[in-house]
Amino acid sequence: MDFISILSIFVLACFIGYYVVWSVTPALHTPLMAVTNAISSVIVVGALIAAASAANPVAQWLGLIGVVLASINIFGGFAVTARMLAMYKKKER
Amino acid sequence: MEHVALPPWALAAYLGSGVLFILALRGLSSPATSRAGNRFGIAGMTIAVIVTLLTQMPIPEGHWWPRPRPADLATFAKILAAVAIGAVIGLTIARRIIMTAMPQLVAAFHSLVGLAAVLVAAAAFLNPGAFGILDSAGDIFAISRVEMTLGAAIGAITFSGSVIAFAKLNGNMSGAPILLPGRHFINLGTLLLIVGLTAAFALESHVGAGESALFWIVALLAFLIGFLLIIPIGGADMPVVVSMLNSYSGWAAAAMGFTLHNTAMIITGALVGASGAILSYIMCKAMNRSFISVIAGGFGSDDAGGEAGEKIDRPWKRGSAEDAAFIMKEAQQVIIIPGYGMAVAQAQHVLREMADLLKEAGVTVKYAIHPVAGRMPGHMNVLLAEANVPYDEVFELEDINGEFAQTDVAFIIGANDVVNPAAKTDKGSPIYGMPVFDVEKARSIFFIKRSMSGVGYAGVDNEVFYMDQTMMLLSDAKKMVEQIVRALQD
Repeated sequence: MDFISILSIFVLACFIGYYVVWSVTPALHTPLMAVTNAISSVIVVGALIAAASAANPVAQWLGLIGVVLASINIFGGFAVTARMLAMYKKKER
Repeated sequence: MEHVALPPWALAAYLGSGVLFILALRGLSSPATSRAGNRFGIAGMTIAVIVTLLTQMPIPEGHWWPRPRPADLATFAKILAAVAIGAVIGLTIARRIIMTAMPQLVAAFHSLVGLAAVLVAAAAFLNPGAFGILDSAGDIFAISRVEMTLGAAIGAITFSGSVIAFAKLNGNMSGAPILLPGRHFINLGTLLLIVGLTAAFALESHVGAGESALFWIVALLAFLIGFLLIIPIGGADMPVVVSMLNSYSGWAAAAMGFTLHNTAMIITGALVGASGAILSYIMCKAMNRSFISVIAGGFGSDDAGGEAGEKIDRPWKRGSAEDAAFIMKEAQQVIIIPGYGMAVAQAQHVLREMADLLKEAGVTVKYAIHPVAGRMPGHMNVLLAEANVPYDEVFELEDINGEFAQTDVAFIIGANDVVNPAAKTDKGSPIYGMPVFDVEKARSIFFIKRSMSGVGYAGVDNEVFYMDQTMMLLSDAKKMVEQIVRALQD
């Protein structure tokens, strides 16, 4: 992919983000932060690539540490979001 | 400029995981769909991780699918161990964290994303071949240099800024703003230096793997500026700071997505970046502060306690738990306005008990939440949800503010500035222009407060204390509500 295609995806995604986030109900803004934090750990993709390549041992170790950090976030972020969302209940009628 | 081509199924899968992340945020438009949204997010992440692992194994010529060698399997065992360590730590934290500590937790998680971004950028710099960003002469593409340096810089700012935010929110560090002399010049100078050095790094004629000190200098400067940017910001402005760092963690992921040409990372980075930016905007608007003035810092020390209050010699009425119980029982509608003080006193559970007793007596009970109640966006809603308050009894400022004129009792617990009419009338007040609840229109007001000397974080007196229909309930929030509950049960 050339730079301009990537930039196009990025710009369009910014617009999607803008409209999607405004539609989030304010009552769920804390779970929103927790889940955005979890998904931004998709940076783990880069850490995995570094960890999988033996060409440079330092880079490989940096990658492995990156995998640990991002995994804390992924598992912790999704789990804490699920825990919070489970608490939102409607009135029993 | 050709990157190592990924097989088409991998490209499609990354796009799919980006779409699942969009759906994850979309689900949060209502509590009913939110749990499904979270599962979409988990699915998107699972796909991204599995696809990455598969594409890191050698794919023989003419095949679409990888054939791992023994050496690859050993590497994957290490990676799985790293994931397992992260999973155990992450799940343990998620299970144990108390809901009042959610702002600290989110700040801590942001710092991890930031640090991970720095590590990935450094790994890409040291081993550019694996990331497919080397040209035929063995140099790193100039544009990739810019992208990875930006990723490292934004990641480093996110990391060190979040560490300070965590320390301030967690009480390891005073919430008071720390003001260095000439800090605006230092900060601006450092930022300009980062931009200049990044440009110089991109313009160098030959940069092979790890062959330039400029990358490391920029990363170090970025760590420094992260600290410098956040230490002057007071504890009470932390909701804005946490949202802002949320945004930064997204931009860092997006920058690394540019380096890797990875659609899942770019889409996610844009979503998270937009989300944090919008939340910062909402928080600033709710405090009537400009984003610039928050970032400039120096406002809103958390420790504004008693000493700031001047001697109060105006008449005010003191109420008792029995008065409150009697009047609320006879009311048609009670609106409860909780603030951070309620969370500090851990009064949310007994508050819900009080509301239940009132509902049994035929009273309509509603909760009114100000956007800046609590220490992060939506914090108060989570605390009430944890105390089993149904979410359809909880209302936002603009949805409930018209109701105070038809309300018998406004019950203020742990809030102060958000009910201060000075925000509407007194042009000289530091909180002038901030949207507030029209509690003064309610027939009676109960105001729970520790003592008459303390003021809100903005350090301003509140006219509501002295109104005819106001009764001050001076006590710890939890003890007072417990007494009201007992009085209601009698």
